[in-house]
Amino acid sequence: MGPDPAPPPATVRGRLAWTVRDGLVLVRRELARLARDPGRAAGELAFPVLMVLLFGYVFGGAMRVPGGGDYRQYLIPGVFAMTAMSAVLITASAVAADVGRGVMDRFRSMPMARSAVPFGHTASCLVTGLMSLGLMTLCALALGWRARHGPGETAAGFGVLILFRYAMGWLGVLLGLAFRNEETADRFVPLVFPVSLISDSYVPAGAMPAWLRVVAEWNPVSAVTGACRALFGDPALPGPGAAPPLRHPVAAALLWSAVLIAVCAPLAVRRFGSRAR
Amino acid sequence: MSGGRRVDGPAVRAEALTRRFGSTHALRGLDLEIPAGTVCGVLGPNGAGKTTAVRVLATLLRPDSGRAWIDGHDVVRDAARARRRLGLAGQFAAVDEQLTGRANLRMFAELHHLGRAAARRRADDLLGRFGLEDAAGRTVSTYSGGMRRRLDVAASLIVSPAVLFLDEPTTGLDPRGRAEVWAAVRDLAAGGTSVLLTTQYLDEADRLADAIVVIDRGRAVATGTPERLKAACGAAEHADVVVPAGADPDAVRRALRSATGAEPVMGSTAGPGGGLRLSVSTRGDPAALARVVRELDAAGVPIEGLTVRRPTLDDVFLHVTGLPAAGAGNEPAGGTREGIG
Repeated sequence: MGPDPAPPPATVRGRLAWTVRDGLVLVRRELARLARDPGRAAGELAFPVLMVLLFGYVFGGAMRVPGGGDYRQYLIPGVFAMTAMSAVLITASAVAADVGRGVMDRFRSMPMARSAVPFGHTASCLVTGLMSLGLMTLCALALGWRARHGPGETAAGFGVLILFRYAMGWLGVLLGLAFRNEETADRFVPLVFPVSLISDSYVPAGAMPAWLRVVAEWNPVSAVTGACRALFGDPALPGPGAAPPLRHPVAAALLWSAVLIAVCAPLAVRRFGSRAR
Repeated sequence: MSGGRRVDGPAVRAEALTRRFGSTHALRGLDLEIPAGTVCGVLGPNGAGKTTAVRVLATLLRPDSGRAWIDGHDVVRDAARARRRLGLAGQFAAVDEQLTGRANLRMFAELHHLGRAAARRRADDLLGRFGLEDAAGRTVSTYSGGMRRRLDVAASLIVSPAVLFLDEPTTGLDPRGRAEVWAAVRDLAAGGTSVLLTTQYLDEADRLADAIVVIDRGRAVATGTPERLKAACGAAEHADVVVPAGADPDAVRRALRSATGAEPVMGSTAGPGGGLRLSVSTRGDPAALARVVRELDAAGVPIEGLTVRRPTLDDVFLHVTGLPAAGAGNEPAGGTREGIG
């Protein structure tokens, strides 16, 4: 006979502690999975580095930044922002796999905190995100990229990236719960890359046709890229006619992240606990 | 053994459960009661509502109407308490394929809030109990089907549940895997765990269950011990005999009748090589088969084939519902996840 189940906590604080503890167990699970799957680990960590090298060397030579400046210096924040956005793919496919394979049903039949599973997935995505951001930064430094402002502003730039990644992770959890299996989640992958490209990250939005320019200027990836450029002291160059998100990129990036979390997190937790099907 | 376990009262009770998916009525007033410490076999073809019933009872799905209790805890209004008293394994609840067996059990134990040290101990206990020590350090994706299901069952027994739900635990397993899972369920039953087992196979329910509930189209259509159910539909073993096409059918009939005392039936299909196929009930008499051989021999009829057939789900369904079981003859290919299952 096994041990008796622990009594559920009676206080809000106790319930919060359970949620955090369960969430940490799930973060450890994701890290263990990553350690056992070197292919996936390499993909998640090496892809961003590859993007830095690809854009830096393949396109870098031919690109001219309007108003002058080094294209690599211009590009790096864009790659950072795009990588942060890819969190949506990572959590969506991890959550969809859990649903499709029945692991989610086991979690849901257990006396765990209801919100622990979505929290665990977003938190572990954040941990891998920190690792890939660290690697990318080293690679960028090797390419000659430098943050030209003080350490405070540089840290703020990384803070914006991390917050945006976390927000995209929540969007991914919500999508993963809706997709319900890995195959559907995989079909969604090719959509994400163009979304990150139609932005101010790789080429200035000002060079695009008017209709595309509107999309690019309001794209959250552009706001995050712009915020990083502003905080790192890179050539930012929003023209006088640029849309508000590009003229106030830090505020826009924070607002985008806050709205995504405020909308997606409650919906994801609610959907996880739903007994509609 | 204290911790909220209620010794009186059934482990599971369901009253008039209904659940609809669009225009499909998966459950239409299902009643069920599983006394504590017994194994209940829920038998039915694909689409009968077995899986929907398990999902409602395991707090994964809300019923449209009706109520259900796990160890006295309402699965809708008091789901948190009900969850502490149930274990779920089989078709739906799974383990993490990419982790080792040990890492899976430790994780689930920690998610049961056992604390890290206790979780480690419990994981090792369960690995030993289910014969998985040697494979404990291997990734689950390398396990055989039987090992996976045993790990699955182990993961649902982290804390002693008042009831363990096993949803088609042997579907898709080879005979060896099936035997492994059956042995595990017998051990659990011997240890006093109440089990609700869904299956499409009469022999599985027959071997494991104290009581069988036959469900069809979302409702319980028959309840009883396996013996009573089989006796009720006259489902003793049948002998299928194949004789050469040129044999005298009347002589064969006479021989079979005198050997078993039952009326033989001419089969609708020919035997291999075009022979005549006849089927006769052994009426539960183990000596009947030997007499069949002797009588046919005495009548000078050579025997091309002789097989003993267990009563099938079809026999039970034919008796209980008057209709052949829809889809019962099809070997399940894991296709029951869709819709109502």
